[in-house]
Amino acid sequence: MKHIVIIGNGIAGVTAARHIRKLSDNKITIISAETDHFFSRTALMYVYMGHMKYEHTKPYEDYFWEKNRIDLKRAYIKQVLTDDKRLITSEGEKIAYDSLIIATGSKPNKFGWPGQDLKGVQGLYSYQDLEKLEANAPDKETCNRAVIVGGGLIGIEMAEMLRSRNIPVTFLVREDSFWNGVLPAGESALINDHINDHHIDLRLGTNLKEIISDENGRAKAVVIAETGEQLPCNVVGLTAGVSPNIDFLKESGIELGRGVKVNRFLETNIKDVYAIGDCAEQHEPIGMRRPIEAVWYTGRMMGETLAQTICGNRIEYKPGHWFNSAKFLDIEYQTYGWVFGRPQEYEQQFHWKHEDNTKCITISTHKETGKFLGINTFGIRMRHEIFDRWLTEEQPTDYVIKHLPVANFDPEFYKQFEKQILAAYNNQLQTA
Amino acid sequence: MNSKTNESMSLAKPNAQDISTKKKVALGIGFTGLFILVLALANVSLPNNGIFLALSLGLIIAGVIIYSRDEYLTKLEGIKNDEAWFKSISSRGIWGWVLGVVLTLFYIVLYFFAELLGLGSDGAPNTGLIALFDPLSQLLSGRNASQWFVYGTLYTVAIVAFGYKFMLKYRHNRYQQLRTASVMFFQMAFAFLIPEFMYRLNSDVPYNDIKNMWPLNYYAFDEWRVDQFINSGTIGMAFLIFGILSIFVISPFLTYKYGKRWYCSWVCGCGGLAETAGDPFRHLSSKKMSAWKLERWLIHTVLVFSVVMTTAVIYTYLGYDAEKYWFNKDNFLLFVGGFLTLVFVVIMVFKRHELGKDARYGAIGYALVIVSLIAMHYTGTTNEIFYLPASGMRSAYGFYIGSIFSGVIGTGFYPILGNRAWCRFGCPMAAVLGFQQRMFSKFRITTNGGQCISCGNCSNSCEMGIDVRAYAQKGENIVRSSCVGCGVCSAVCPRGVLKLENGSLEGRINPTDVLLGNDVDLMELMNADK
Repeated sequence: MKHIVIIGNGIAGVTAARHIRKLSDNKITIISAETDHFFSRTALMYVYMGHMKYEHTKPYEDYFWEKNRIDLKRAYIKQVLTDDKRLITSEGEKIAYDSLIIATGSKPNKFGWPGQDLKGVQGLYSYQDLEKLEANAPDKETCNRAVIVGGGLIGIEMAEMLRSRNIPVTFLVREDSFWNGVLPAGESALINDHINDHHIDLRLGTNLKEIISDENGRAKAVVIAETGEQLPCNVVGLTAGVSPNIDFLKESGIELGRGVKVNRFLETNIKDVYAIGDCAEQHEPIGMRRPIEAVWYTGRMMGETLAQTICGNRIEYKPGHWFNSAKFLDIEYQTYGWVFGRPQEYEQQFHWKHEDNTKCITISTHKETGKFLGINTFGIRMRHEIFDRWLTEEQPTDYVIKHLPVANFDPEFYKQFEKQILAAYNNQLQTA
Repeated sequence: MNSKTNESMSLAKPNAQDISTKKKVALGIGFTGLFILVLALANVSLPNNGIFLALSLGLIIAGVIIYSRDEYLTKLEGIKNDEAWFKSISSRGIWGWVLGVVLTLFYIVLYFFAELLGLGSDGAPNTGLIALFDPLSQLLSGRNASQWFVYGTLYTVAIVAFGYKFMLKYRHNRYQQLRTASVMFFQMAFAFLIPEFMYRLNSDVPYNDIKNMWPLNYYAFDEWRVDQFINSGTIGMAFLIFGILSIFVISPFLTYKYGKRWYCSWVCGCGGLAETAGDPFRHLSSKKMSAWKLERWLIHTVLVFSVVMTTAVIYTYLGYDAEKYWFNKDNFLLFVGGFLTLVFVVIMVFKRHELGKDARYGAIGYALVIVSLIAMHYTGTTNEIFYLPASGMRSAYGFYIGSIFSGVIGTGFYPILGNRAWCRFGCPMAAVLGFQQRMFSKFRITTNGGQCISCGNCSNSCEMGIDVRAYAQKGENIVRSSCVGCGVCSAVCPRGVLKLENGSLEGRINPTDVLLGNDVDLMELMNADK
């Protein structure tokens, strides 16, 4: 019986633990400095908004862990001694392991802005970040204005959270349209409008120069780089992406790049040490994926995969077709396959937008072969299973558009738009 | 870390935000309407009951309408659950408890001390609150009001006014809107107006809400009712036959096609109140495994009690030989026993593998009923069952289940146990429909491949206390007896994972270990034996 120690109790580490338990009788310990129990990080926003309480974000009841003989330990690991297979906690306690899984996730990026470590300046990733936000921005009387820096998924979630307490929000986005590194122009424009409709002061093409302190070391204003304008505020949200949370590994001898370097088997350069989830960095990107995938789903998939290897069935991490999802305020987004923000040279994009400006889709097609490459959908739910099958079958876009009603996943009685989409598609072909 | 942090993840539980002036005015209007009812209750003599009743109900409805419009129409369409766990009234705070106590007291008075509401006994005229409703009752049915008429009117007002509010809350969601329009219609027409008009047409026919079927309507086959039906000619017989068809033919068929939602969240009056006035409390239902275990024991115990009680009641008034009714006592017991045996055998033959260890509990329930039937045969007379008066059993059921459980606890405890405590833990009708839904229905909630992020919005908003997330994060369809198909889990899901569907029975229950999106070989390896 091996002792398998997992650092990090997020989706990657916990999925690995659950699957190792399904497949083996090994001793399993999960160590976390953040919380006693696994919770859904993606749900933290709903706690601040009052939709749920923290306890509701836990996917498993507290008795689950003992029942499944998964030991939980609350500790911060300061050092990893790979030679004698030991971990040292910040309290100086030593923990021995036979196999080690590093699943420590991410931390918010800071780009060396003056004032980035002031009080009232924070990211939004961890339980502790949520506690900080509750202290920094309990209501609009304490926080007269918040400025959010960085236009990605966490930034827009943070804006939604603060708006739920009627706190005025200014949203600084470096790009000239929201998340347009990922979203094609039409979609990005639709989200810009939606952000404005929610009375969020969206500033596109705007960078942070510095954060100004008051006499107590608290943020009191930000300065905008382009205009020099000073915006008074009480809270600054730093949401310009995340990077692997691996500082504690610097002297471990484990090969690091931006993240923990792993091969396709999720093995590091050191035997019996593995890394999964946000903190793992592939030597070579897999297909069109990024070498570091900081996504809930990929964390889960790496956990499912690594459990096999740990339990004697050594297999590669071989994810299927790309998919992802998000919600921008009131607009749901799903993606299947690859649709690029700036179309690749082989890629032709068909874009349809509903007149109410809250629903749209973009379908990517290979220019030469007519093959369906991927779809982004906003405000219309679509079936993962169907698109996964169509991608595997390498169906042409003509087929996909014609069969779109099969993929619809909206609730019953919803208005359907497939006819409109088909008409727009045919129309575009004639004019093209 | 202080203890409050664990509760709401906040250093101090955030205060709900102040409400707008318009909402304050709306509350003022609504409470003025309620105050008129309180005045009437206190026997203050109002100059004209008709006008003051209209004024009171009008102000209550107007208050709710103005409040709802300011709450929802000032915002963009979307999910509106902000502050649900901060507001005192919807998070078991002081206002929640106050409301719970007031409702509970109201139900106790309504069921057991109707004279306090002003019910005139022995031909004396009504006074107080009930007298206030006399003009409306006269208008509809031509007789004075009873406490049940007062209750029915207020119940209908609540469903209509808060139904409007719910429709605004979900104005982006047509499923929710249609469903709500449906419960508003069935309450207004079938539970309230039609029975009153029926009385005008034929006062021999007992009050009959034809959508309220046995066993939810536990008095459906009481002797006096059956007698009245039979004695009031064709229409009475039609009602009686429809009542029997409802439970044995119509409801199994509709549940097979659409799941029990066709009744519980589209038609039923209890469901109607829960889905409208009760909506702000839906997240309070417990999602713990222990609550689920309690639920299964409790609801099926009530069902067994209800079947035995009804059988006993019918048994005592059937003759020893077939004169008045089709069959005599012994044939009736044989019929009940035979029917239950048939159901039991069919389920065990075809569905045993789906039931798992629940099969044992089913067998226990079945055995209990059969033993009771045999005991009935040996101990039953025209008024005694098990050497006890059958009427005692009937009134015990009426008291403990019909009044205390469904009324006092079921509705009075909305702000504490959530809005479906009765439907979940007690309703024998829900147990029957749930059994059908679990065993043979096309209905299920489908999950969308690997898209679940385990956020828990679905479980949080499930009024029946189903841990929806536990299924969604396994990519497994939700096929649960208790699901009433309200569709709110699907509505609040931020990633478009849940969809209520009627599909094929094949592969309806489909747990997976590795979700869609991962290595196809790994999926095959891990999911193969499921």
